[in-house]
Amino acid sequence: MTKGKALLEVQGLRVAVAGNEILKGVDLAIRDGEVHAIMGPNGSGKSTLAQVLAGHPAYTVLAGTAKYEGKDLLDMKPEERARAGVFLAFQYPVEIRGITNSYFLRSALNALRRERGEAELDPIDFLQFLEQKLKAIGWDDSMMNRPVNEGFSGGEKKRNEILQLAVLEPRLAILDETDSGLDIDALKTVAETVNKLRAPSRAFLIVTHYQRLLNYITPDVVHVLADGRIVKSGGPELAHELEAKGYDWLRDAAMVS
Amino acid sequence: MTSIEAHVQQPYKYGFVTDIESEVVPAGLNEDVIRLISAKKGEPAWMLEWRLKAYRNWLKMSEPHWPNVKYGPIDYQAISYYAAPKQRPKLDSLEQVDPKLVQTFEKLGIPIEEQKRLTGVAVDAVFDSVSVATTFQAELAKFGVIFMPISQAIREHADLVQKYLGTVVPHNDNFFAALNTAVFTDGSFVYVPKGVRCPLELSTYFRINASSTGQFERTLIIADEGSYVSYLEGCSAPMRDENQLHAAVVELIALDNAQIKYSTIQNWYPGDDEGKGGIYNFVTKRGKCAGRNSKISWTQVETGSAITWKYPGCILQGDNSIGEFYSVAVTSHKQQADTGTKMIHLGKNTRSTIVSKGISAGRGQNTYRGLVKIMKGAEGARNYSQCDSMLIGDKCGAHTFPYIDVRSSTAIMEHEASTSKIGEDQIFYLRQRGLSSEDAVSMIVNGFCKEVFKELPMEFAVEATRLLGISLEGSVG
Ligand SMILES: Nc1ncnc2c1ncn2[C@@H]1O[C@H](COP(=O)(O)OP(=O)(O)OP(=O)(O)O)[C@@H](O)[C@H]1O
Ligand SMILES: [Mg+2]
Repeated sequence: MTKGKALLEVQGLRVAVAGNEILKGVDLAIRDGEVHAIMGPNGSGKSTLAQVLAGHPAYTVLAGTAKYEGKDLLDMKPEERARAGVFLAFQYPVEIRGITNSYFLRSALNALRRERGEAELDPIDFLQFLEQKLKAIGWDDSMMNRPVNEGFSGGEKKRNEILQLAVLEPRLAILDETDSGLDIDALKTVAETVNKLRAPSRAFLIVTHYQRLLNYITPDVVHVLADGRIVKSGGPELAHELEAKGYDWLRDAAMVS
Repeated sequence: MTSIEAHVQQPYKYGFVTDIESEVVPAGLNEDVIRLISAKKGEPAWMLEWRLKAYRNWLKMSEPHWPNVKYGPIDYQAISYYAAPKQRPKLDSLEQVDPKLVQTFEKLGIPIEEQKRLTGVAVDAVFDSVSVATTFQAELAKFGVIFMPISQAIREHADLVQKYLGTVVPHNDNFFAALNTAVFTDGSFVYVPKGVRCPLELSTYFRINASSTGQFERTLIIADEGSYVSYLEGCSAPMRDENQLHAAVVELIALDNAQIKYSTIQNWYPGDDEGKGGIYNFVTKRGKCAGRNSKISWTQVETGSAITWKYPGCILQGDNSIGEFYSVAVTSHKQQADTGTKMIHLGKNTRSTIVSKGISAGRGQNTYRGLVKIMKGAEGARNYSQCDSMLIGDKCGAHTFPYIDVRSSTAIMEHEASTSKIGEDQIFYLRQRGLSSEDAVSMIVNGFCKEVFKELPMEFAVEATRLLGISLEGSVG
């Protein structure tokens, strides 16, 4: 399966936030068609990695490179990255009051379509398109006329991220703990959405704390991020090992090396 | 955050000066100046008497300093109280309007020539102290609707004017209203007869052009029984280092079952980044729901002026009458706004709704001040108030002063308030979905103001959102 072209290549990435160095030299290569999982203790820098790849302005790159489709990702504005197919499902999605979910989704989709030189969808065409996507995640359109994430439950917010993933069909999807706070059915929906989208021209970087998601989505590679570095990478079996043993043994290993 | 602030603090686009020969009365205020204004307007004696009475009262009054705004002393003797372009055209012939004036209004997006007039909107164009053109007057007259400069109405419809002028805002109501009464020069007059739904939107555009002048306009709108009218008001002024005073009075009267919808887009020159120049917008606006089941609705989008001081209110006298106030006030640069509303409930089962959205950016200071007063006889009165503030950047301020005075035991009051900061995380979320940072800010601001924008007539909603640099959600479909 690991035969695709390099889609994302991160080398020696060091990142600081609020003056503290959080990522201390991350190397990561993701090829087309692959699913990578990142696991690691709280505060180890997983979200930092996700945010910096998406271009959050609060994160300062101290050193290193990130190439996406061969281009310098770190040099692109957040919206340029998004339009080039980088999608981040947020660990903590924000609320936008007064703006309906469907208007927001359509604006986002049309921004991508403009970039690709495709015609924008008007509200009617968009609703038709949306109908199928909604069905897939088990929602009716009542959530579409509500303001973006406002008053959504934790699980609904996560589901909304998955809906956006399904609508925007990115090239590189980064999922930051999308499985946290989900009930079992929702978890399956997330997995199904991801599995359906798995394609030779698409890759996933999935941040998770739990093996349970990986029961449904079989990753090609599992990484362990601890204290700002990837301290171990392996196959799906690594996730099982972590589930059984925790992270301490790896941290100790990292100290030694 | 600087890109967000830059986006909200757009350069002023209406700051040009029209080079036109004007007749300007020398600066200074005294009874002779008032007599001169009255004579120029060809007013009847009762009008002059009223002006002089107001002036004599004004001399005894002092400028209010309770608003939460700061400015240096105003020299009322340094202001010219009358400025008008020379060769004033006859109002019944738009062809005779000076081309320079036609061009000016066209540049402001207010075409007044026959061929280019906005469809569905009748416009009264006021330039400094005079109305220079009023469109669709004849067409409206066919429906019995009177829409004309107030100076003309004082001559031609003295009975109506005399019956209602000053009944909602008395000549001694407050310092600036008294000043206005003494020296007002023009403005619009509207009368909608019984049972008539005014077939066009009526609007007045106020343009200040001359320097060292003030603009003092007066608007009077009467909706007779069972009638309806929607009135829109816009304004702008040149960019200058001096502060110019704009002190208007607006009075609305709604009789039984009548409705008046009054919308404002206030875009006076706000001054520069350092707070130099800009208009002092000290305005008294009040409506009286005199009749049963009448309704007056104020909607305002306040983006301009160095200082804004205004509280469009409603006196809910008729039983079951309704008063509404929807406001978006934006202060950026060093602008200051102290604005809100007064809802006075007198009649039974009267209802009022207040929705105020304050947006502060740069070093702007935004104050909401509102009074809800429910009198003893106002059984079953209800008020709903919602005051939301949004801060963009950390050098600006938002303040809220709600005053509540309830003297009826059956009153129902609801009040909600919130303050939020436009956050980098919100902007980033939208950019991560492919929106530019401008579109992201627009979307957030638009969502915040939504409840107010939806009250604006479509022509104005587009204008308002453009002013805030934002695109209108759902404007198509
Ligand atoms: N904006 C910020 N300001 C200050 N510190 C921050 C900021 N963002 C992240 N950090 C710090 O950086 C470290 C890494 O945070 P990050 O969110 O990347 O961890 P994580 O691996 O995603 O953790 P979790 O599993 O709990 O989600 C933490 O110590 C966190 O407190
Ligand atoms: Mg995290």
